[in-house]
Amino acid sequence: MARYLLRRLLQSLLLLALVSVIAFAILHLAPGGPLAQFVATGDLGTEDVDRLMKQYGLDRPLPIQYLDWAGSIATGDWGNSYRDQLPVLKKIGMHVGPTLELMVSSTLLAMFIGGMIGILGAVRRYSFFDHLATIGAMVALSIPTFWFGLAVIYVFSVNLGWLPAGNRETIGDGSFIDRLQHLVAPCIVLALVSTAVWSRYMRSSMLDVVNQDYIRTAKSKGVPAMQILLRHALRNALLPMITITGLHVSTLLSGALVTETVFTWPGMGRLFLDSVSNRDYPVVMGMLMFTACMVLLGSLVADLLYSVADPRIKGASK
Amino acid sequence: MSTVQTVPLVPPRRSLAERYPALRRFLRHRAALLGVGIVLFMTLLSFVGPLLMPFNATDTDIRARLAVPFAGPHVLGTDPLGRDVLARLMYAGRISLAVGFAATALSVVVGVLVGLVAGFYRGAIGAALMRFVDAMLCFPTIFLLLAVAALIEPSVTSIVLLIALASWMEVARVVEGQIRSLRERDFALAAESLGASDSRIMFRELLPNAVAPIVVAATLNIAHAILAESYISFLGFGIQPPTPSWGNMLENAQSYLTNAPWLAIVPGLAITLTVTSFNFIGDGLRDALDAKLDR
Repeated sequence: MARYLLRRLLQSLLLLALVSVIAFAILHLAPGGPLAQFVATGDLGTEDVDRLMKQYGLDRPLPIQYLDWAGSIATGDWGNSYRDQLPVLKKIGMHVGPTLELMVSSTLLAMFIGGMIGILGAVRRYSFFDHLATIGAMVALSIPTFWFGLAVIYVFSVNLGWLPAGNRETIGDGSFIDRLQHLVAPCIVLALVSTAVWSRYMRSSMLDVVNQDYIRTAKSKGVPAMQILLRHALRNALLPMITITGLHVSTLLSGALVTETVFTWPGMGRLFLDSVSNRDYPVVMGMLMFTACMVLLGSLVADLLYSVADPRIKGASK
Repeated sequence: MSTVQTVPLVPPRRSLAERYPALRRFLRHRAALLGVGIVLFMTLLSFVGPLLMPFNATDTDIRARLAVPFAGPHVLGTDPLGRDVLARLMYAGRISLAVGFAATALSVVVGVLVGLVAGFYRGAIGAALMRFVDAMLCFPTIFLLLAVAALIEPSVTSIVLLIALASWMEVARVVEGQIRSLRERDFALAAESLGASDSRIMFRELLPNAVAPIVVAATLNIAHAILAESYISFLGFGIQPPTPSWGNMLENAQSYLTNAPWLAIVPGLAITLTVTSFNFIGDGLRDALDAKLDR
């Protein structure tokens, strides 16, 4: 187990190094470069640009710049924003909370609703409900998140007036109830895709389990159907779902960016969009690294949890 | 087995569906057929439709600003500049569909090449290529798209390149897995022992046998590419006005949600219908081409 853990950890670190090279290469090899906007607007003369290049170290060879940047990242110095000189990590730290709030709440919602749909679909396989759920999941995966967001705003904020159309809290209020009211709509919007994914995987996972011997044994010794479903089948069907949740972090982050834009939610997605618009390189690079770390961590945690939860993995892994 | 069967000299005429079991299976998939119908309709609407329209996508009619749909000459209403929404939808469809197809073509070429090489030369080259794929997949798609979109001059071509850059990895994974298992099969070993060159084994022996999963992956990739275009254009980094795309038609729709909801409904519906259709077609193709499920 310890060896498996160590090996996975090493793999992730290597992958992270590769990720940092790619992030750095993309942003520095692209035409323009960090100071392109100053040059284009003519706000700065050539000498000013040269001075800035020197100040930010952009005049050195790329490999040197990369090593310098990677070294600082590894020691926790992620650089400062070009815009307001705030440390990048501090900026990310200020925005990560609202995004996590959105991601966690919508994942819980998706697990519950998607899980129920998946179980029902598996129990009543090929029924009208099952077919409807299949088609519904496919449509849910195809709806642009921002469009679904606009639809939710149109129905629940514009027409019914039940929910606020954006922001995380009413200025000057910020009570728990107020925050909850603001969370409902973006949470539902972000949960749509995850719900579809969960319902599909839950269904096939349940179908796999239902055909196992221990379910037949339980049936034949007269365990009530409901108890078989909850005690025997569901517990085992949930196992593979740990992996799905871990691998879903990337999709969830992309969805969060779009959802935050529609609902003016003050999270990482908004920060990223603002930084990209302003060509705030240190922040963009920092956030690419940060989100990639989250994705890597997601799959690592999923792997480890799965190997803890399923004793069969221990034997299988060297 | 001693009975002699009389074999008719002229084989009975059989329909296409009888001769190709995969086609027969695909035709049984009703959602996929509906998808094909919708995609054909959308393509016709976008490429032939504008020829039949009295308006084009950029004509402004200030007197008819924010005209309501289904009342008057503007069937789907007009936008805040008095431009006909249906005409814009058609011209935008040309861009969005073309971007979807072109980006997919490109990412399939790159994905197939990478997957083929990685699956064939397993060892160090294969491992390095696949770790590169893994690393690229660590970036959440929209973050990657936006980071690059902000750096390049936005044009239809650059958006195609951008979307291809962010979507070839799935194809590469599919192809690599296929090639790796096909490589161990007898026909590939036979070709190798006959002294066939690496490229001949890769392109003439292995690749034709991996076409089915590639077709499925490509179909689903079109769906993803159309969605990706709509996301980056909606966020303002994609296709730039006045060139309409389904994504950038929605860019300002949010501010008119109260008094002109059709501005959001029409293009959003077009995207959803088209993307759903491609997803269903991909699903149908997967069922049809996966011969293991048959018989």
